[in-house]
Amino acid sequence: MIAAQASSETWNAFKRDRPAMLALLTLALLSAIAALGLLATETTQVLDPAQVRLIDKLRAPLSSPSADALAEMRPLFGIYLLGTDDLGRDVFARMLQGAAVSLSIGFVAMAIAVLVGVSVGSLAGYFGERRFGPVSVDSLLMRFTDVMLCFPSFFLVLTVIALLPSNVYYIMVVLGLTGWMGIARFVRAEILSLRERDFILAARACAIPAWRIILVHLLPNALGPILVSATITVAGAILTESALSFLGFGVQPPQATWGNILADGRAYIFDAPWLFFIPGSAIFAVVLAFNLVGEGLREAADPRLRRR
Amino acid sequence: MNQLIQRGLQTLGSRIALLVLVSVLAHAVVHLAPGEPSEVDPGNPRMKPQDIALIRAAFHLDEPLYVQYIYWMRDLFNGELRSFKDGQPVLGKIADRFANSLPLFACATVLIWTLSFPTGIHAALRRGSLIDRSGTVLAYAMISVPGFVFAYLLILLSVNVFDLPVIGMRTFGLNDSTPWQQLMDRLWHLTLPAVMSALVGIAVLSRYVRAQMVDVIHQDYVRTAHAKGLPRAVVLYRHALRNALLPTITMFGLLLPNLIGGSVIFEQIFAWPGIGRLGYEAVLARDYPVILTLNLFAAVLTIAGTSLADLLYMLADPRMRRS
Repeated sequence: MIAAQASSETWNAFKRDRPAMLALLTLALLSAIAALGLLATETTQVLDPAQVRLIDKLRAPLSSPSADALAEMRPLFGIYLLGTDDLGRDVFARMLQGAAVSLSIGFVAMAIAVLVGVSVGSLAGYFGERRFGPVSVDSLLMRFTDVMLCFPSFFLVLTVIALLPSNVYYIMVVLGLTGWMGIARFVRAEILSLRERDFILAARACAIPAWRIILVHLLPNALGPILVSATITVAGAILTESALSFLGFGVQPPQATWGNILADGRAYIFDAPWLFFIPGSAIFAVVLAFNLVGEGLREAADPRLRRR
Repeated sequence: MNQLIQRGLQTLGSRIALLVLVSVLAHAVVHLAPGEPSEVDPGNPRMKPQDIALIRAAFHLDEPLYVQYIYWMRDLFNGELRSFKDGQPVLGKIADRFANSLPLFACATVLIWTLSFPTGIHAALRRGSLIDRSGTVLAYAMISVPGFVFAYLLILLSVNVFDLPVIGMRTFGLNDSTPWQQLMDRLWHLTLPAVMSALVGIAVLSRYVRAQMVDVIHQDYVRTAHAKGLPRAVVLYRHALRNALLPTITMFGLLLPNLIGGSVIFEQIFAWPGIGRLGYEAVLARDYPVILTLNLFAAVLTIAGTSLADLLYMLADPRMRRS
């Protein structure tokens, strides 16, 4: 009851935060576009992102195809909405395909980071006092967290991604597995602070199993911060993917992501600036939207920040 | 005092244990990943199976993992560790490159810590004003823009508008000019990469300072100080600011890994021969000794940063010394 009331209060506070709400709507719209775009690029001829038209290479946005172009290669609406790249591929179709890939990299990496972080945090917080020989579960897990925090994360990601065969799933997994430490730390702190309370004692007296106590009685209290860092993790993963693509370790062509469209486009920054600025501003807008939603959630979930 | 030393030794011991764990983990990750230094050039027809066997034997790649780990540690401490790629001593290579990166890190750190505090404090004192809101927008923009996109924009700007060179550590062919000109040339080449490395840190830290300051100026003791009739400046800078500064010390240890990780990108863009670029080259060549030692070195820097932050915290906060 109280949790439900608190979350509806949070939601109300969030709705009043206009930039965050706008960002959330943008993201919802973009997810819908990405899902539809994935379907459209897979099925329709006019939106085939891999269609090479050497005759129409490096066309500016909104230009029409040249008269000699084959009829079946015509883009959507008969114009190149966002121009074409150095192989004459339609940038609009590639951006559509890339939207789905970039967003799913962000979301899958976030899901992995949250899953690992919450599990490690809850185990260390709830079962921390159990011992394996001389070491307790808590010190074992938290030392491991410290070790992971010692690696400058981009360095570690680069090392692992560069050594692994290039594959979009590896990127998701590696980004997830290097981003869970903050979540683990505050989940543990939250559970430690609540573990000795009377309502947990009551729950244990009712013989409620430990996993249920953690999931139903403890974790909802940390839901606010978990959501906040989940949104910010999505933003970070999208940024890191673009940085990896920039160094040549991202998703390999012909599969388009915003990161590798941008990385390929930088060679044409003077001749075809749209190849650089379109994916660049798309990444900027999406990451900004995720960060704004994250910050809005943080302020909405924290009554002290809300009051001011 | 004795207790302090004892605690210091304890922390030192646990930090060293942490480093050993880091090295074991880094070693395991790098060696368990598929692909080997001997396979860097599989298309080369001159690479015969016996050559590959030779390479594997020379680099101890046939031994079990823990033996390879021991070899790595032994060579590292003897100073005998050599790069797979060119046979140069790894420590010397890292030291050379770090000497190039150090001015970059130092400038970025100075920029972060000198720019964040005035902007953060100013924003907190005039909360909701135009300056505060535009500062917020700017901070979000800096966190959200991919660093290399912004770097390219800056390069375009300085090349097209100001007609200034930006790549590398200095301009070639300036050897005959006066030392003063050479110094200014070096400083200019340092400016853009240092600013780029500092941007995210400035955005994060200034927001953090603002949040701390906003938190503190609503405390009861600040209201009391105002009520006593103390001048505003004394209340703000002696009573409020000192307490707001304390938690920012921990950020010192947190911003350092960002700087090192970011150096991979920015040194690549600006052709700056520092450790970030060394790491990138080593990763391309699967140069295990360099990759491993660089990861360890970065971890040492990170731990040194957090230790320094802890030490500063103890100096600044008497409560930390006593407990």
